[in-house]
Amino acid sequence: MASGEPAIEVHDLRKSYGELEAVRGIDFTVSRGEIYGLLGPNGAGKTSTVEILEGYRERSSGSVSVLGADPGARPRELRARVGIVLQSSGIYSHATVAEVLAHFASFYPHPREVGEVIALAGLEEKRDERTRTLSGGQKRRLDLALALVGDPELIFLDEPTTGFDPAARRGAWEAIRSLRDLGKTVLLTTHYLDEAQELADRVAIIKGGRILAEGSPAELGVGGGSRYRVAYAGADDEPTVIETDDPTRLLHELTGEALARGETLRSLSVTRPSLEDIYLELTADA
Amino acid sequence: MPSDAALLWRQYRFERRLFWRNRSAAFFNFLLPLMFLALFGAIVHGHQSELDVIVPGIAGMSVMSTTFTALAYNLTFLREQGVLKRIRGTPLPSRVYLGGLALNAVTNTAIQIAIVVVAGRLVFNLGWPPQPLTLVVFVLVGVVAFALLGVALSHAIPSFDSAPAVVNGVFVPVILISGVFFDVKHVPDFLRDIAQALPLEPLINGLTGGLVAHHGALGHHLTALAVLGVWGLVGVVLAVRGFSWEARRS
Repeated sequence: MASGEPAIEVHDLRKSYGELEAVRGIDFTVSRGEIYGLLGPNGAGKTSTVEILEGYRERSSGSVSVLGADPGARPRELRARVGIVLQSSGIYSHATVAEVLAHFASFYPHPREVGEVIALAGLEEKRDERTRTLSGGQKRRLDLALALVGDPELIFLDEPTTGFDPAARRGAWEAIRSLRDLGKTVLLTTHYLDEAQELADRVAIIKGGRILAEGSPAELGVGGGSRYRVAYAGADDEPTVIETDDPTRLLHELTGEALARGETLRSLSVTRPSLEDIYLELTADA
Repeated sequence: MPSDAALLWRQYRFERRLFWRNRSAAFFNFLLPLMFLALFGAIVHGHQSELDVIVPGIAGMSVMSTTFTALAYNLTFLREQGVLKRIRGTPLPSRVYLGGLALNAVTNTAIQIAIVVVAGRLVFNLGWPPQPLTLVVFVLVGVVAFALLGVALSHAIPSFDSAPAVVNGVFVPVILISGVFFDVKHVPDFLRDIAQALPLEPLINGLTGGLVAHHGALGHHLTALAVLGVWGLVGVVLAVRGFSWEARRS
């Protein structure tokens, strides 16, 4: 099972809906045990891509492999090894949390303990409550629990924290990080930059059905041209920002000149651009 | 991997447990035919020929409401809520899931028919069904045809909000012209022709044979059975075509 074979391989994937080309030739590979983020604005082709990998949609062309199988054929063995958290989905409202999880567990050949999954999702105090009494955030955690109850190797998370308050987002992030500790592979779609930066080992930035950039959040931050930003307030209190590839030399020059003039550089800072800066640069309409 | 039979049994039991848990729905589901029987029994009290019409009529209405109406509502709800899509992402085979929903509906049909038969015997002086074979064959074919047509109707319902209007818009006129509450003989010719081409009137025709003495064996209701069977075939095609596991998005 845990071989060198990647969890997901996508090659030249294309998807058209009539005239509209939603996905226009996407390539990426997700390794086992990796959290991979698909980041992009709404309508970028993220959901189409993920739903092809989940087996909900048929691709127009290209090749995809999920855990070594073709999801387009919807093999049942593959569905038993994959957990899916959809953007929004209802559930038996008159059943309790524990009942729904026990029922879903019965679909799988090697399910996890229901109690264990409830604890992982932080739903202990709700275990005997009917699902319709859950809050929005609790329902999302139940979605995650339902995706985990079959003990999948690979988990798809489509916009897992959309509509969450900040505290609930932190909680969800904790749960997703714990998946990494369990050795799971995660494919995450999000339009939140901080979420991708916090969680993903690697990120692909998608827009207009194409991947614009791919790499770890750190690589994306430093790749390319002038990627360090040096800011300070000079003698006249004018804020000054200089972008550079070589902050060591620039700082040496700036501080040397300032000392020579007997001045101080107030509010001096050196920052690397965040994923957000890269994202905005890449996805800006030219 | 768990076997289909084991999964179907589990799915069926789960649906049944939750059906009973939704008290108000369960209560009205079984109260409705009893209420109609009680009301019409009181209205036509002492007129056996009219009771002979109303009891099979209400049995036919029960078949239609427990399969056609219930499945059109339920599938629309499950589709729009995303339950169908979620189930589709699990290893539970689709045929098992849909089979569980169908068996749940058919169980309600069986309970309602039993209520009508017992009430006919104990209260309305109809005796036990004189032609049980006719009764069973028509209930079975009727259940299949109306269940499939209910699935098909759910495809035409754009959202759960519009489900009551669409479902009642079909159910109420069909009930009225198909002779649930009166003998179709008293209906104008053109309406009777329409009713006889629709599935409920032939179903009631067969149930009358099964439930009321002197109305003949299965052989006397073959035309009605054929019409119902054709609706079953139409139902298969319409139920399969256009089946959607996902909510419609505009």
